Amino acid sequence: MRQNNVMELSFLSLSENQSFARATVAAFVSQLDPTLEELSDIKTAVSEAVTNSIIHGYENKKGIVKLICSYQDKDVEIKVKDEGLGIANIEEAREPLYTSKPELERSGMGFTVMESFMDSVEIESKVGEGTTILMRKKIKKQS
Amino acid sequence: MQIHFTTKERNLIVTIEGEVDHHTSVEIREKVDREFQKRRARNIIFDFTNIQFMDSSGIGVLMGRYRNVMILGGDIALYGVGDQVDRVLSISGIYKIMKNYDSMDEAILNLA
Repeated sequence: MRQNNVMELSFLSLSENQSFARATVAAFVSQLDPTLEELSDIKTAVSEAVTNSIIHGYENKKGIVKLICSYQDKDVEIKVKDEGLGIANIEEAREPLYTSKPELERSGMGFTVMESFMDSVEIESKVGEGTTILMRKKIKKQS
Repeated sequence: MQIHFTTKERNLIVTIEGEVDHHTSVEIREKVDREFQKRRARNIIFDFTNIQFMDSSGIGVLMGRYRNVMILGGDIALYGVGDQVDRVLSISGIYKIMKNYDSMDEAILNLA
């Protein structure tokens, strides 16, 4: 049976919302009966994307982070959107260990984690306008 | 997130319970650094048995502590790392500089 579903969440760019955001996505995706590993992969990737919006997009100032999660059959799509500073050099940002905020002890592994845990990660960004991260993952059918 | 400290010889044992993300890592970093100085420890051993979730913020915390401890001739070890945390740590390559052990005793033995 083919099933479509979508949910949308908007929240203030406060770091305490990271936990709320990933838990909400996990609860939504749970309807597809994923494995524990698939679910924790999605949670981790969402946590990375939301953290990026909060500390890089808005630089800890107040803004709205938008999270849109949908699935079609077993294909999950997650969009994390901010209207913050934007990323000047996307290729550089994607590189493992690259961070623009070493003073915050960021490891520079955010995009690497997203890419490892999801099937695909697309970044759309414009300086001064914001960043959208689009991630996809197929939930495997359980026998 | 809750954090507890104990000292065994010159090893600071840091037990973290709950979730490690950017939000909680700020507090973890401050508290660990303070206790490490106060107790004049040499090594730090992280007890990850009760961590339910960690993202790459945790890698930053571990790398930062490693730098501080190394300068003073100490070392870092982990124990009780679960599946989710293990996948994040594996990607980062951090196991090249700190190992995960099965128990606290094994970690202490290997740091001596």
